[in-house]
Amino acid sequence: MRLELDGEMIERARKLAKEVTDEVQKFIGLRSTDSVERTVARLFGIDGVNSEGAPLPNVVVDDVKAGGGLKRGISYWIANGCVAKNLDPQKLAEAVGRKEFSLVKLPPQNEDLVAEKMDELTAKAIEKIESVRDKRDKMLEELGDPKKPYIYVIVATGNIYEDVIQARAAVREGADIIAVIRSTAQSLLDFIPYGLTTEGYGGTYATQANFKIMREALDDIAPKVGRYVRLTNYASGLCMPEISAIAALEGLDMLLNDSMYGILFRNINMMRTFVDQYTSRLICAFSHITINTGEDNYIKTSDPIERAHTVTTSQLINEQFALKAGMDPKYMGIGHAFEIDPDVENGFLYEISHALLTRTLFPYATPKYMPPTRYMTGNIFKGYAQNTLYNLVSIMTDQSIHLLGMLTEAIHTPLVQDRYLAISNAKYVFNNAASLGSEIELKKDGFIQREAQKVLENAVSLLEHVKEVGLMTAIEEGTFADISRRMDEGKGADGVFVKSEDYSNPFIEEIERVLGVGR
Amino acid sequence: MIHNIDLEHLRPYGDQLNDGVIQLSFTLPVPQGAKAREAAKKLIESMGFSDVQIVHSEDIGEDFTFFVIYAKTTGYVNYKEIKTLEVEVPKMGMEEINEKVFKYLKRQIVVVGATIGSDAHTVGLDSILNMKGYHGDSGLERYKAFKVYNLGSQIPPVELVRKAEEYKADVILVSQIVTQRDIHIKQLTELADILDAEKLRDKVLLIVGGPRITHELAVELGYDAGFGAGTMPSEVASYIVEKMVKIS
Repeated sequence: MRLELDGEMIERARKLAKEVTDEVQKFIGLRSTDSVERTVARLFGIDGVNSEGAPLPNVVVDDVKAGGGLKRGISYWIANGCVAKNLDPQKLAEAVGRKEFSLVKLPPQNEDLVAEKMDELTAKAIEKIESVRDKRDKMLEELGDPKKPYIYVIVATGNIYEDVIQARAAVREGADIIAVIRSTAQSLLDFIPYGLTTEGYGGTYATQANFKIMREALDDIAPKVGRYVRLTNYASGLCMPEISAIAALEGLDMLLNDSMYGILFRNINMMRTFVDQYTSRLICAFSHITINTGEDNYIKTSDPIERAHTVTTSQLINEQFALKAGMDPKYMGIGHAFEIDPDVENGFLYEISHALLTRTLFPYATPKYMPPTRYMTGNIFKGYAQNTLYNLVSIMTDQSIHLLGMLTEAIHTPLVQDRYLAISNAKYVFNNAASLGSEIELKKDGFIQREAQKVLENAVSLLEHVKEVGLMTAIEEGTFADISRRMDEGKGADGVFVKSEDYSNPFIEEIERVLGVGR
Repeated sequence: MIHNIDLEHLRPYGDQLNDGVIQLSFTLPVPQGAKAREAAKKLIESMGFSDVQIVHSEDIGEDFTFFVIYAKTTGYVNYKEIKTLEVEVPKMGMEEINEKVFKYLKRQIVVVGATIGSDAHTVGLDSILNMKGYHGDSGLERYKAFKVYNLGSQIPPVELVRKAEEYKADVILVSQIVTQRDIHIKQLTELADILDAEKLRDKVLLIVGGPRITHELAVELGYDAGFGAGTMPSEVASYIVEKMVKIS
């Protein structure tokens, strides 16, 4: 099944998206954020909490910020402190946590020694995430990559141990990817909670300890089922790069990571999000973590047919931002969703057209397809039927990451049998219609061809407009998801700063160098 | 209604009057087998069912067994004695609503809506408020009679109250969709308490909607009205106008 799209128009769309993001990247390059600095602190080995329960990465960054030194970058202050006190970063942070001293009050040490220290800490950090990455890659090769579309299910009990039980059951039933939903509103916390957790609402807190527990559980079951099992969590939010760092340290395979989601749907400050997503994606690109972009959200609030081109536009923007972070397209889980009103005549054809457009525009990516949510009702029997059609579109249009629809969507978090029913539905459809897509030729100038071409044309017009006014103004105008956000508003705005001339961040510089991006 | 129903002994209709047939599906955390099936049967019987037919039982991994069961309930209800609390709304059209508001109130009605606390789902809220509405029934934004502020999801009750004050809200509309361990009750109570404490409760019409909301529950929690699944925007609009006009 092939779409006959206008090749020049595709090129034009990419070029526009690149130009749009080039402009934003100029702003990004000049800035850093509290969260970026905490990310470095974590990768330099700082973890744990002080006696008041505040995470030490926050403690050291806040200490330097309060002392007016953050513009120089946390790397310098940690290195200077380590040299001055002859401590490792963790011991240093613990002492700051006990309020024994402030990092900015320590006398400046010999520059060469401090530079040497920064290089040493950077090398160690890189070595650590490299070794985790290489272990994952090796395990993937040994156990074997499951067939696509990967079956992606969610666990969300609030209790990491309960999550493990449900995740293991799901893997036994055929799940290829386990996503642990975060406790609701965690994306708005300006810190990562510490330690394992057994209480959460609508999900389980994303913490490094919880990542480790689930990773171990999945690695334990993977050889028993004879295939690699991927683990997913959520990076979007105020701690986007920090979550990426702990995900890299614990060997997660995927992160929900969108360049604009936080701005639009969580009212996080624009600049904060743009700067954070860049560092976050550098880490993902380096660690071979697949990002999942969040375009499904756009058509949860605005009309999925009329506004289909906003999905395409955002996909192209997300792709460009990911390329700027040196990401190999195979780690780009470009998002889209099956959200058309089931009462629309030929809704299924629209879905095929839109899903195939995503597949065609991003041939080297691993598209992430999302199930119906908006028109799911308490009629679970109808919901099951809607999910069947969704599964059919996915296999026909060759999607890569397939998040399963749950029949109790919009009622409560999935019961253990909901997951089982969803997996058996998907397996049934994927097997029964395995070669359907390659057997069909689309009618020339037919409904599906015309619709896809129209969406692409509309996306190009929209990109032309966005290019003209700039992405930030376009967001202010409410271009995406009919939501308008002003440049200066939003959460976390006070955590963005312009780097000073003597700013240093050798960790980021090094991975930029390896990935061949940046300065 | 069909003939010959004994409404004092109302029972489910499967394929014959009064057969009492009910479908059940659930999971037991024990390995699949004869023992699990017997356990499921006994469990269902302990709930007042007879003629238990286990039509499906399957190992769904990690020693969980999934069941689909048909059984006949021995229970019944006296339909004649049942009393429910429902929002009584004279259903009006958009034109009628707009006219009524400008005739009697001579201004727009300010509606502030949000999902509160931990709930991230805005589907319900959006279908009542957004221009587009739900199934061809326009949302409140489309009415000239309403000025709508849709605050979106996960708004803490305190902030919702602050915004309601700022916008001089006549109506606060909250939606609660996905909940776990009855957290929605806690959050809804918190909102009502804050309004009370701030002495604002009498100044606003407080409405809640969601699939697990009934009018009865809403009233019990101190709300003016509760709307369940399938509520159309025009029903909410009619209710608001009816109440507001009455108050003025």
